[in-house]
Amino acid sequence: MPSKIRVLVAKPGLNGHDRGAKVVAAALRDAGMEVIYTGLHQTPEQIVEAAIQEDVDIIGVSILSGAHMTVFPKILKLLKDKGASHIIVSGGGIIPRDDMGKLEKLGVKKLFGPGAPTSDIVEWARRIVKE
Amino acid sequence: MNEIESARDKWKKDVSKVKERAYRFESVSGEPVEVLYTPEDIENLNYLQDLGFPGRYPYTRGVYPNMYRGRLWTMRQFSGFGTPEDTNKRYKYLLKHGQTGLSVAFDFPTLYGRDSDDPFSLGEVGRCGVAVDSLRDMEILFDGIPLHSISTSMTINPPAAMLLAMYIAVGEKQGVPSKVLTGTIQNDMLKEYQAQKTWIYPPKPSMRIITDILSYCSDYVPKWNTISISGYHIREAGATALQELAFTLANGFTYVDYGIKAGIPVDRFAPRLSFFFNSHLDFFEEVAKYRAARRIWAREMRNKYEAKDSRSWLMRFHTQTAGCTLTAQQPENNIVRVALQALAAVLGGTQSLHTNSMDETYALPTEKAVKVALRTQQLLAYETGVANTIDPLGGSYYVEALTNKLERQAYQYFEKIESLGGVIHAIEIGFFQREIAEAAYRYQREVEKKGKIVVGVNEFVEEELPKIELLRIQPEVERHQIERLNQVRKERNNQRVTETLSELRNAARDGDNLMPRILDAVRAYATLGEMCDVLREEFGEYEEPLIF
Repeated sequence: MPSKIRVLVAKPGLNGHDRGAKVVAAALRDAGMEVIYTGLHQTPEQIVEAAIQEDVDIIGVSILSGAHMTVFPKILKLLKDKGASHIIVSGGGIIPRDDMGKLEKLGVKKLFGPGAPTSDIVEWARRIVKE
Repeated sequence: MNEIESARDKWKKDVSKVKERAYRFESVSGEPVEVLYTPEDIENLNYLQDLGFPGRYPYTRGVYPNMYRGRLWTMRQFSGFGTPEDTNKRYKYLLKHGQTGLSVAFDFPTLYGRDSDDPFSLGEVGRCGVAVDSLRDMEILFDGIPLHSISTSMTINPPAAMLLAMYIAVGEKQGVPSKVLTGTIQNDMLKEYQAQKTWIYPPKPSMRIITDILSYCSDYVPKWNTISISGYHIREAGATALQELAFTLANGFTYVDYGIKAGIPVDRFAPRLSFFFNSHLDFFEEVAKYRAARRIWAREMRNKYEAKDSRSWLMRFHTQTAGCTLTAQQPENNIVRVALQALAAVLGGTQSLHTNSMDETYALPTEKAVKVALRTQQLLAYETGVANTIDPLGGSYYVEALTNKLERQAYQYFEKIESLGGVIHAIEIGFFQREIAEAAYRYQREVEKKGKIVVGVNEFVEEELPKIELLRIQPEVERHQIERLNQVRKERNNQRVTETLSELRNAARDGDNLMPRILDAVRAYATLGEMCDVLREEFGEYEEPLIF
């Protein structure tokens, strides 16, 4: 039996809007994945630290504050510096489409916008980990 | 009634013969809705006791005798972004287009009491609101806006005392005494722990700061609304209409308890408590929610808290349309959603209203999108005739039955919360957080199963991507803000700052009212971060229970 997919659901920065993060965390959990939720106000350093310590397959970053162009590149860089580039970085929130494109070019695997069904996220997580 | 009964039985037979659509007939909150409501559903309604007349106990039909015929609701668009200069310009634009009150959105660092150059602020300065580091920024924010002729609402919670003090200090500079200032600070920490999650200190010191503000304002800023007890964020975080109603009122009663415990007579502070509700999609449920809220508040304030001043009984509230119902798909549809939600707020008797803009699932709104949202309110006020008569849905069998039902269910929640040891203990054990997270998840699963239809999202879907113009916050904002902060630190009398901060620390330790000490520090241009850090050191920081 393949081991459970491990996901870190992360809330960076000062933004406390955690409805989306919690809904996604619950959906991934109900789909049989191991979900670790960081809680609020995490720095990129704390997120990367937790991801490595928990040996996750995927980091899912929820961000609605507009700081995405600062936070995602920082997480990617820290993962690289720590030799953990194998961890898949994804996320969602209030992110304009142009920025989504830019971030995906930088190495964020997939970003989900408002209204994305959790079933799409579950399906994507299963597929990407298999790859 | 016998005649009605026999007619009803005949009709029921008719109903049983015809098929219903394959659809779950329930409110957006998941409450079942009957096919028809009749006088039988409100048999026990006593007009004078349960509804009465507007401006009179129990205020079910409205808080003022002639409601919108006297004065329309205040059209108050929540707004703030970038530097104080950027936001000052937007305020002048909104005022020019007929907005009648200001509402300040602060950026995240300000909301958390951090300066723009704090490591926590990186990437967040000016993004989700305007950055305010010191009195200097506040002076720029209100430049050319006379504080004696405008009311200002400030969405600020843990650092509410500091921002209020800055507003008072700007008033002093304009020659406007604090006694005449009108406006609101949100200052509602309980809902922060439950839903919005903007906190600094643990609940108990937070409650102390709040009662200090209640006490100070009752003496020196008597026209200020000291707490805006907010259901809005509870609802946005996923709660149902009932949970929004029950949790908000329970929070309100907790503030009253603490105010009384702090030795302030109830009629000194209760008239300045105001409320802030969400207006969601289920039209009748929303209208019933506002009506039930007014009736419960009036009854408890009069009977349980023995307030004698009728102004302590009446619930005044602001409403904002539900941000969580806006869709990224087909964003123009949001204009229609907002209009219907705004109508529910007006028919529910709101005192002020914010209408969301169509583009807010992507970014802060553009000028054009904000203007359409403001025009929506003007159109309701001036074209539709809905402001001509008071509580036009009062007496509707459905709305009255729903008002009664929500009221009954809210009392069940009050009992539950009481049995958990009150609101603060229920927060500490994660009760509200769990209730809300579960409701949010339930709703999301319903949408994904198409148990609930969201136009453009799970039905009537279009493939093409919307082309929509977005507001961009320039990255220079952070640099400008930090430059000004450094300049303020260089130009001010730093010895005076140190003195005022150490007096603030002493007051925090000794239990003296913090407000006068904060005001002194503000006048000396102490920064928001410096003041909040003193209290962080004295009060500690809150840590949340992790629940999903």
